[in-house]
Amino acid sequence: MYNYILKRILLMIPTLLGAAFLVFFLLRLIPGDVCELRLAGTGLYVDPEEIKLCREKLGLEKPMFMQFIDFLIGIVTFDLGESMWTGKPIMYEMGLRFELSLQIAIMATITSILIAIPLGTISAIKQDTWIDYIVRSFSIAGIAIPSFWYGILIILGLLIFTQSWFGEPWMPPLDYVPIWVDPWRNLSQLIWPALATGYRYSAVATRMTRSAMLEVLREDYIRTARAKGLLEKIIINRHALKNSLLPVVTVIGIEFAFLMGGLVVTEQVFNLNGLGKLFVESVMSSDYAMTQALVMVVVMIFVFTNFLVDIMYAWLDPRIRYA
Amino acid sequence: MSIAEAQVEAEIETFDDKDPWYSVALDLIKRKPLGAAGAFVVMLMILMALFAELIAPYDPELNNYEFMLVGPDWSFLLGTDQFGRDIFSRIVYGARTALFVGFVSAFVGSVIGLILGVSSAYFGGKFDLVFQRVMDVFMSFPLIILALAVVSIFGTGIQNVIIAITIPFIPRCARVVRSNALAVREIPYIDAARACGYSHTRIILKHMVPNVMAPYLIMFTSFVGQAILLEASLSYLGLGVQEPIPAWGLMLQGGAEEFAESAPWIPIFPGVAISLAVFGFNLFGDAVRDVLDPKLRSR
Repeated sequence: MYNYILKRILLMIPTLLGAAFLVFFLLRLIPGDVCELRLAGTGLYVDPEEIKLCREKLGLEKPMFMQFIDFLIGIVTFDLGESMWTGKPIMYEMGLRFELSLQIAIMATITSILIAIPLGTISAIKQDTWIDYIVRSFSIAGIAIPSFWYGILIILGLLIFTQSWFGEPWMPPLDYVPIWVDPWRNLSQLIWPALATGYRYSAVATRMTRSAMLEVLREDYIRTARAKGLLEKIIINRHALKNSLLPVVTVIGIEFAFLMGGLVVTEQVFNLNGLGKLFVESVMSSDYAMTQALVMVVVMIFVFTNFLVDIMYAWLDPRIRYA
Repeated sequence: MSIAEAQVEAEIETFDDKDPWYSVALDLIKRKPLGAAGAFVVMLMILMALFAELIAPYDPELNNYEFMLVGPDWSFLLGTDQFGRDIFSRIVYGARTALFVGFVSAFVGSVIGLILGVSSAYFGGKFDLVFQRVMDVFMSFPLIILALAVVSIFGTGIQNVIIAITIPFIPRCARVVRSNALAVREIPYIDAARACGYSHTRIILKHMVPNVMAPYLIMFTSFVGQAILLEASLSYLGLGVQEPIPAWGLMLQGGAEEFAESAPWIPIFPGVAISLAVFGFNLFGDAVRDVLDPKLRSR
């Protein structure tokens, strides 16, 4: 088991290095200079001397290789420097938004689990009946409906609904309050994007649950259990469900990693100040430092979550350890 | 005929050459209703894209300030937007953009992924190891972030959007194809072909690729749906195709939120179009997968 863990940890390192390399050089290819954008904000002529000073201050005049080493050192020591656009420390900027993204990610994951597992199980048990078709259509609709459109519909629906019921249209609050400060306000803001995102991600998990259950239900031990005369309900709950949850757990883990930085569009719709919005802003303003840092954080979360999922998978299914 | 023979006859489903096409189609609809619905939607979209000039009543790019923000009625089937353009016409022409971007990026992405995945499985060894790491790196970026990065480098516009959408698909397809190709690699006729002196290229293209067609087709159909969604997301953020090209994502951008309350038909119909298209492609792809994957057939 420890060999497996060690191998997995070692495999993480080249992936992270490769991602850092890719991010670094990809960003340098983007046309646009952050110093020019910052200093020429009002469209006036900018002195080339000033641009040069600004670039030196931000460390952009050093050779590429040195900049890359600085970047790597920064990642390892958790000191990612300052944002080139706002000048504030990057950790501070990210910290503000990290909480929000994390909360949405957790709520969306819980929503998707609550939807996916029961629906996937029912769909597998009643394969090819009308219930199966309805559940499959419902879950494919989750993938098909663009999340931003869904968000617009939710806000529209809320406005119309509250208007007709309470006489006054109500929109979710626009500013973020942490959950321990004012839980009601916090939840009333974040439940809607969590629902929209959770529905979308439940689709993948539902299909995974369904196909895993289908395979498990054909196993011999299930047939034996039926031959023994166990109630179908007990067979499903005690035997089939546990064995089919394995690939589902993998999928949910991977989706959680994506939720952290990939909610760019949803945040735009609901006007949330999260990591996705920060990413778009920093790309637009050619803020290399921020963009690199953000992408590295997202990639690190992804790689680490994958690692945890692999370990859990190996722990739950001993056959994997020897592969 | 004996009883056993009669039973065997009854169980075998065959389509004689005499069977008319509509009975084959009806049989498919009965056996896979969801897939048939998906195929129907896909055909509808393709027809809309091909015959847009014949179907759309108005020019999608023509600003018509006399008729701004008109609701759906008999002259403007789905209403007009804030520039007076007919939404129905824009949706029909938008099908062309969506399907063009969707098919091209899905096809190019999946073909490149297919070749790379099969080659990686065929050559094995260090090439495979390095290739796997590179693919891992690309796959650790969420779809939209990679697409955003590419669009930031190359700019907006329809060609760059296609490139931006194609790139994230390549490693995903390569991964899936590779795991199937690994199994094909072990079959003895690959070694026999090498012993006969066939070149690597020939073995890969003629022997290995045809055997991984099933997962490839599944990936391809799922990519088309995802490509349409990704294009819509990029256009929504303002980084995809630009005005005045009719595109479903573009129709949801900007004005749609402002006018959501006063003119709800502006955001609703393009969204329905996107959802329906992706839905159809997904159902169709599911049916393709169910047909090609014997493990999941019903008992």
